[in-house]
Amino acid sequence: MWTWFHRFGSPRYFYEFSGKWAPWFGWSSLVCILIGLYLGLFVAPPDYQQGQSYRIIFIHVPSAWMSLFVYMNMAAAALVALVWKIKVADVVVTSCAPIGASFTFLALVTGSLWGKPTWGTWWVWDARLTSELVLLFLYLGVIALRAAIEDRTDGSRAAGILALVGVVNIPIIHYSVEWWNTLHQSATVSKLDAPSIHISMLLPLLVMAVAFMLYFSMTLLLRARCEILDRERRSRWALEVVNGT
Amino acid sequence: MSVQEFIRMDGYGFYIWTSYALALIVLVANLVAPMLARKRIFREIKGAIRREKLKNVPQA
Repeated sequence: MWTWFHRFGSPRYFYEFSGKWAPWFGWSSLVCILIGLYLGLFVAPPDYQQGQSYRIIFIHVPSAWMSLFVYMNMAAAALVALVWKIKVADVVVTSCAPIGASFTFLALVTGSLWGKPTWGTWWVWDARLTSELVLLFLYLGVIALRAAIEDRTDGSRAAGILALVGVVNIPIIHYSVEWWNTLHQSATVSKLDAPSIHISMLLPLLVMAVAFMLYFSMTLLLRARCEILDRERRSRWALEVVNGT
Repeated sequence: MSVQEFIRMDGYGFYIWTSYALALIVLVANLVAPMLARKRIFREIKGAIRREKLKNVPQA
């Protein structure tokens, strides 16, 4: 297990491994997206209260889940990078931030586009919406902090600490709909005993969530291997990779 | 259901299709960005190798 851990931490091994796996994640994500779109747009019936407008759920909820999941990934990698000083972990932090920011942006904007026809407003300072907006600023903060500090070691330490401190926002986002009873509806899927959503709507939602997860895996690997090649550009293996094509 | 009805989505078409279009943009951007970055890094490293070679050519 430890040899695996060490091999995985080696930049060259990670570069080759990620190049092999990224296309598989990409194609399987595409298959899931097509299935999810078919089930979500053609098979699932209109909602009895919201009519057709609820179909935004198949984009909104998976991207909101991903905004949290990517953050937890980034924070875990930041912890590994801070404690064990593993290069690849820091690369993962750097690569997660823009991906997470884009999913958070998507969750916020699709939420707004769903809020207008159902709540009658694009935006309210509701707890769920506000804490999700804070999440976007945390991602942007991690990106900006790293970009602003010239020295890479200092920059990654600062960004890593910010990422870890920001973890406090994750349970706030998750429980915001229970702690503060405002406009955003409460959880429908994570009530494991009895999800209050019909299977014909739940299935496309879960398929889309899997698709987003696979897509994230692909784009994280692609970004991370670019970042590694960039940082290792003076090493012999990087020159071999570039000359090999 | 006709194509027009499908696009109209009972009047919610604008909200739904804007959401789906934005999702498409975000996903595609997350694929294109690393591909462009890869191209740029390859170009930079190749340039560095070329400059290194030029330096090593003995002066006549």
